[in-house]
Amino acid sequence: MQFVKKDILDMASLSVEEITLILDTADRMKEISERPIKKVPVLRGKTIVLFFHEPSTRTKLSFDIAAKRLSADCISITASSSSMVKGETLIDTAKNIEAMKPDILVLRHASSGAPYMLSKVLKASVINAGDGMHEHPSQALLDMMTIREKKGSIQGLRIVIVGDIAHSRVARSNISGLTKMGAEVIVSGPPTMIPSGIEDYGITVNTNMEDAIADADVIMMLRIQKERQTHFLFPSEREYAKVFGLNRERVSTAKKDVLIMHPGPINRGVEMSHEVADGPYSIILDQVTNGVALRMALFYLLAGGAKNVDTD
Amino acid sequence: MLIRIKGGHVIDPGNLDSVADIIVKDDRIVEIIKRSDAKRTTESHRDVPYDHDIDATGKIVVPGLIDMHVHLREPGHEYKETIETGCRAAVTGGFTAVCSMPNTSPVNDSSQVTEFIISKAKKAGLARVYPVAAISPGLQGKGLSEYGELKQAGAVAISDDGKPVVNSQLMRRAMEYAKRFNLLVISHCEDPELASDGAMNEGIVSTRLGLAGIPNAAESIMVMRDIAICELTKSSLHIAHVSTEESVNAIRKAKKRGIHVSAETAPHYFTLTDTAVLKYNTHAKMNPPLRGEKDRQAILEGLSDGTIDAIATDHAPHAVLEKKVEFDKALNGIVGLETSLSLSLDLVRQGVLSLSGLIEKMSKTPARLIGVRNDFVVGNTADITIIDKEASFTVNPDFFHSLGRNTPFAGWELKGKAMLTMVGGKIVHISS
Repeated sequence: MQFVKKDILDMASLSVEEITLILDTADRMKEISERPIKKVPVLRGKTIVLFFHEPSTRTKLSFDIAAKRLSADCISITASSSSMVKGETLIDTAKNIEAMKPDILVLRHASSGAPYMLSKVLKASVINAGDGMHEHPSQALLDMMTIREKKGSIQGLRIVIVGDIAHSRVARSNISGLTKMGAEVIVSGPPTMIPSGIEDYGITVNTNMEDAIADADVIMMLRIQKERQTHFLFPSEREYAKVFGLNRERVSTAKKDVLIMHPGPINRGVEMSHEVADGPYSIILDQVTNGVALRMALFYLLAGGAKNVDTD
Repeated sequence: MLIRIKGGHVIDPGNLDSVADIIVKDDRIVEIIKRSDAKRTTESHRDVPYDHDIDATGKIVVPGLIDMHVHLREPGHEYKETIETGCRAAVTGGFTAVCSMPNTSPVNDSSQVTEFIISKAKKAGLARVYPVAAISPGLQGKGLSEYGELKQAGAVAISDDGKPVVNSQLMRRAMEYAKRFNLLVISHCEDPELASDGAMNEGIVSTRLGLAGIPNAAESIMVMRDIAICELTKSSLHIAHVSTEESVNAIRKAKKRGIHVSAETAPHYFTLTDTAVLKYNTHAKMNPPLRGEKDRQAILEGLSDGTIDAIATDHAPHAVLEKKVEFDKALNGIVGLETSLSLSLDLVRQGVLSLSGLIEKMSKTPARLIGVRNDFVVGNTADITIIDKEASFTVNPDFFHSLGRNTPFAGWELKGKAMLTMVGGKIVHISS
């Protein structure tokens, strides 16, 4: 199968076959990062621009390392260093970037839908690295890669996502992708953080966390943003940890081989206790490692590498 | 100047509904000759050569349409629309008069601004403009504007449209005080805390798009509050741009209890739902937002059973750049003057309203609410719209007379439009 998509904007528009191809490609990419010389020439001469309009550490670094391991030229700009502080519109900024002929533009933006707007006007491929509360497809794909690596398959797994579902792009991408790959998805968290009509994705809502995580194969915890307290979404971190936090007792009600995941950064002691974050079931750092391989796969597939060179 | 409009189906609800000729001399209607009476009349003007002899056979001739909710943007935002371009759009859409909302710059909270708007409209010589003045100075919600002087200057109603009057005590006093001057109080119903930073309707679509939602209750809670204040003050209240089922239900109940509340909705609320926002279409972004199908059905029912009195567009022109941005940063509102009649005629085709019921909502009731005469009676000013129900066209925003291009209906095939618009005996629009 050849990958024919121009952009990676969301999980909703990826087919099961496309997701499988991306994950298979990522599996093969992983080994490159284990080599003493961590670089292959497949994207030599390709230009990748990382346009991060919102603060990010791991996602940006992950994309950057991924590009460099494939020998692409990777340039990074941020909102504060771009002309957008001078009042230039996003479309104008993007068109100017386009005029310098990049092959791929990776966009992180606070507004949901921003990558769609750009994909319509740009000839370069656009990768959505997180848009507002909408989607973060590369995160969902690396999560799926990690689950598949540990469990062999996603099909039939009971996967529980706990936290601020309403404001989470990670949750939306994972819900969309995991259900597509045949998982049973349950979301949990305070009712104030469960968005209206989320069941429409074909998932279950259970705001009682104990019930939600019983017999879970995978528990995915989301980051709680402290500033949400001022929007009356939860009373205090103390109470959140008590009612919705993941601790050792709660983990013990899940399946024996449960996987504990978190997209990071973790609020230790709030959504997750230290012992769980660093415990035997935690695959949080595997997610980060796989993130590089997954993003290498995305670059490789989009920049047409698959048509020219074979990494095998 | 002598004009005959002959052979049209003349509909003036409650007054006339037959094939008739209307003779207009200068600015007035001087004769209405029903076809059934044709032989008996002297046809006094028969041998006089008409300056214009308009054949309206097969067309509908109605008292000029009035859009009671329009943003003309002047003074202050002339890059979006001017009084002249807005009025040009109005007459093209068949409107002989519009009510201009006060959220200009400066705000229409003084007689000077009101007079400026009226004089600009006169100079344009197209549609009549009836200014709506601000409830509170600067739309700040902190005091009462000078309603007495505003009324004298020509304001027909008051509203802080675009912003709700959050302070209930101010709303009470506004309704009480406005009663003395027969000024209609038009309420933009929205609880700003509930609406919060919402960019569209709250529901499945907002969840899928990851956009902050505005719940129905953000509107209905204020509709219910204002009905309560209206009851308390025994005054009149008009609810602007009704979009939800709960609001329709509240207004229906209030009317049954004899409270003097009236309501308008806009064509987009009975034509579209929030699925129009999918793919982050900023031309489907407005406030209140497009709602769900259940709400759309409730609006249709409200129109049909008389709960909703008027159709008004909330015509809100914006510059291209103000819509060609990230969805949450795009400004609210769409233009409506040049598509309203066609979209509303669909209600007749769907059987929601009779033709005369539609004319009530687009012409007679708005006139009554703002206190102007709009009847086909000999001696009255000749404000007339001739409608061609069958003419179809494709919406092309590039050809709009409005400066605004922000419509979700671009590319739509619409049926029915104004063939001719006459204001004070002057032909201000003829369809090409």
